[in-house]
Amino acid sequence: MNFETTIGLEVHVELKTNSKIFSPSPVEFGDDPNSNTNVIDWGYPGVLPSTNKGVVESGIKAALALHADIERHPHFDRKNYFYPDNPKAYQITESETPLGHDGWVEIDVDGKKKKIGIAEMHIEEDAGKNTHGDGYSYVDLNRQGTPLVEIVSKPDIASPDEAYAYLEELRQQIQFTGISDVKMEEGSMRVDVNISIRPVGQKEYGVKTELKNLNSFNYVRKGLAYEEQRQQRVLMSGGTIRQETRRFDETTGQTILMRVKEGSDDYRYFPEPDLPVLDISQDWIDSINSEMPEAPGKRRDRYVNELGITDYDAMVLTQTKEMSDFYDQMIAQGADAKLAANYLQGDVNAYLNDNQVDLQNTDITPEHLATMVKLITDGTISSKMAKKVFKAVTQGKEPKQFVEEKGMVQLSDPAKLQPIVDEVVAANPQSVEDFHNGKDRAIGFLVGQIMKQTQGKANPQVVNKLLVDTMNK
Amino acid sequence: MNYFDHSLSDIHEQLVKKEITSEDLTKETLSNIHEVDNDINAFITIDDEGALAKAKKADEKGIDADNLLSGMPVAIKDNLVTKGLKTTAASKILENFKPIYTATAVEKLEALNAVNVGKTNMDEFAMGGSTENSAFKITHNPWDTTKVPGGSSGGSAASVAAGEVLVALGSDTGGSIRQPASFNGVVGMKPTYGRVSRWGLIAFGSSLDQIGPITRNVADNATVLNAISGHDTHDMTSSTKDVPDFTSTLNSGVKGLRIGIPKEFMAAGINDDVKKVVLDAAETYKKLGATVEEVSLPHTKYGVAAYYIISSSEASSNLQRFDGIRYGHRSQDAKNLEELYVKSRSEGFGDEVKRRIMLGTFSLSAGFYDAYFKKAAQVRTLMINDFTNAFKDFDLILAPTAPTPAYGIGEDVSDPMTMYMNDVLTLPVNLAGLPGMSIPAGFSNGLPVGVQLIGRPYDELTIYQAGNAFEQSTDFHKQTPKMGGNN
Repeated sequence: MNFETTIGLEVHVELKTNSKIFSPSPVEFGDDPNSNTNVIDWGYPGVLPSTNKGVVESGIKAALALHADIERHPHFDRKNYFYPDNPKAYQITESETPLGHDGWVEIDVDGKKKKIGIAEMHIEEDAGKNTHGDGYSYVDLNRQGTPLVEIVSKPDIASPDEAYAYLEELRQQIQFTGISDVKMEEGSMRVDVNISIRPVGQKEYGVKTELKNLNSFNYVRKGLAYEEQRQQRVLMSGGTIRQETRRFDETTGQTILMRVKEGSDDYRYFPEPDLPVLDISQDWIDSINSEMPEAPGKRRDRYVNELGITDYDAMVLTQTKEMSDFYDQMIAQGADAKLAANYLQGDVNAYLNDNQVDLQNTDITPEHLATMVKLITDGTISSKMAKKVFKAVTQGKEPKQFVEEKGMVQLSDPAKLQPIVDEVVAANPQSVEDFHNGKDRAIGFLVGQIMKQTQGKANPQVVNKLLVDTMNK
Repeated sequence: MNYFDHSLSDIHEQLVKKEITSEDLTKETLSNIHEVDNDINAFITIDDEGALAKAKKADEKGIDADNLLSGMPVAIKDNLVTKGLKTTAASKILENFKPIYTATAVEKLEALNAVNVGKTNMDEFAMGGSTENSAFKITHNPWDTTKVPGGSSGGSAASVAAGEVLVALGSDTGGSIRQPASFNGVVGMKPTYGRVSRWGLIAFGSSLDQIGPITRNVADNATVLNAISGHDTHDMTSSTKDVPDFTSTLNSGVKGLRIGIPKEFMAAGINDDVKKVVLDAAETYKKLGATVEEVSLPHTKYGVAAYYIISSSEASSNLQRFDGIRYGHRSQDAKNLEELYVKSRSEGFGDEVKRRIMLGTFSLSAGFYDAYFKKAAQVRTLMINDFTNAFKDFDLILAPTAPTPAYGIGEDVSDPMTMYMNDVLTLPVNLAGLPGMSIPAGFSNGLPVGVQLIGRPYDELTIYQAGNAFEQSTDFHKQTPKMGGNN
């Protein structure tokens, strides 16, 4: 029997606003427990929430990036449940009128393009954190009220690879809006996954299971692949799938039963009476839209069509907005498109990996790197010299100045090089003969001799030409 | 100092002329409260120390001749949080709760150097109409101490009626300012929803709650509303509309004013004496040059059901924060988290609060939401439309405030449905978010009876204007209870 797979993804993205969604407390992590809280975050008697307009704006940016329709008069709802990290015993969210709905992103799996629908996306508040130890339980409300965007996919994702591609695309789209860091390893992007399978041709979806503890895109793909196989084995052996939550085990790559779901939780949603219905005008949407950074897809097209770099290069450069912005600034400074792309993907990426640092947190500036690239293209320095210059650039040094200080300027003037060429030719008659006998290696030896004499500063292309011309005289 | 036969302006004059200092006035006020409250029990907390400190400060700053509240003792309902001063909402779950901030309405009074003398008794979390649901004490009606003072702002209304203070703040979710005002023969205003910031008001029904003044006369009431109104960045439901001077048209009369009496408010179940008081008030208004006609608010009969579903639903959610984790009562014999929740709340909440939490939780539950909460919200819209239509032809609505005068302590408490029906005349105003004020308009067997004036949204001005015109041509508000030989 053949099965088809249906995967649903709920992605929570943490917004990097200055203050919380409903209180003026700062959004900061790593501070002492409960230091970034106030009476609103504590759910203190008599307090009221106030909507942070910046969060609504971020939500609108997300909706625009995901091609979603924007609800013009959304209201907030209360989702009621008791838990110590949830001080009001309700979460303020948007269930009835999500800010955005019916969006999509386009994914590319093995060259096949596919649109994945987004059912809805809304803004809501995060909960605090409970920790346990030395016989006590502790509640830290620093995270309470941190703004989130939740993005729910339509049942369009049909394979673990598509799920992976969807998450990559979603991450990239959101990252380019600048509203979030979207880093799973730091918790600013969190993924809840459900999966069901059904015999090909069957109308109803199969019973779905939920997967927890998926802490990277790779684990999402692995967990889904395992679960897809497991469900097939169960059905093929005549069993039935139960509605259950399973935990992904990173070491074995398997999913393990956590709990069987019986019925659904009743959160008693109802409209939040403490907050007025939002009024989102077309003017506001337009003005946000006009300030939206260029989307990654558009940038890729521009890089390929206008700058003439390869699809692959364009894809790599648009992994993050920071990299892409950096590239655009290099181009604006007059750097060669291909060479700039090569340096970003090569030396720069290697540097970032080696030092485990983000581009924006280094001393490398687009101006410096563009200057370095220009020094290469105009022949001032060789690519070999550029290695040293790049190191200087990572230390925040101005390349032109550095090259001059170190006397690294490449010798490209034929008038200055000719006497040296003449000298070397005269001193190596055997090599000249070998050259005339068609031995190509001979020219390499002669170039090497000239390099030696010039301490490597001679421009190899110029030297090559002068040598050939001289010996053919 | 007993405030019978006094008003803000005459006490203020004494303060301005330095015939008395705020400190001495406060001392006398407190000593009177200590004496009178033996019989009345209007206060949960009397803050002698804090009040005297505030009075001293008011004296040091100097009494502002343009500010009637400068150095003036006031009382605050115990569901308005006051920094450092115990705030209980008359619930065991907050028995020893000392807030770290002050409600905006109270802060505004204090900014005018008013002197908060204490926190008044109420029904627990403002749920009730007799103040008998307080976890701490029964408040007695100063006109007849065997009667209830009404509720939930029963302590505030009784404190004013008994002459303990001239001004008390109350809160009104379904009639909790107006009904006790009626039972106590004082003036109680529930402003338009959004007029007064709710920041610091311990929430009951968030879409219905409003804070308002209870005073001995209309002019004083308008003065206090001036002080506490206005937009607050802490409360997004507070209005950004300009606040007019509510005292500016007090003497403009009612000539040409079109007043409607809703026939549904005068139907079966309304005490005959109460009906007569309303009809007499109508005659007074006619004599003063207003027109009075019958009007229909056809969806009134669904009001009680819609109100109890909406207010209880909101309350069930609002009261979840009292979970024993961060503040308030925590059960001492809980063995796990679930028990901590269940026991803390079972021990901390009274029966009426539990009843409404259950009602509200049920109304919001999956499978019942559409039939209850959603339907109630639709009924609410119809009731708003009723008022909108009525206000096309009328400037004000005149109605009884409560179906009966004050009833006996213990009389109704065992039957929640009878209690709930008592709110039938006041809660439509909350559902529609309108301003409504109860003023003294007559007596029934020696007990005061109030009538209610209901206005268009944000038109408290017309209510005060009409209220004052009535007051100037009657002397019901001048009557004082004969209690404990004080009078």
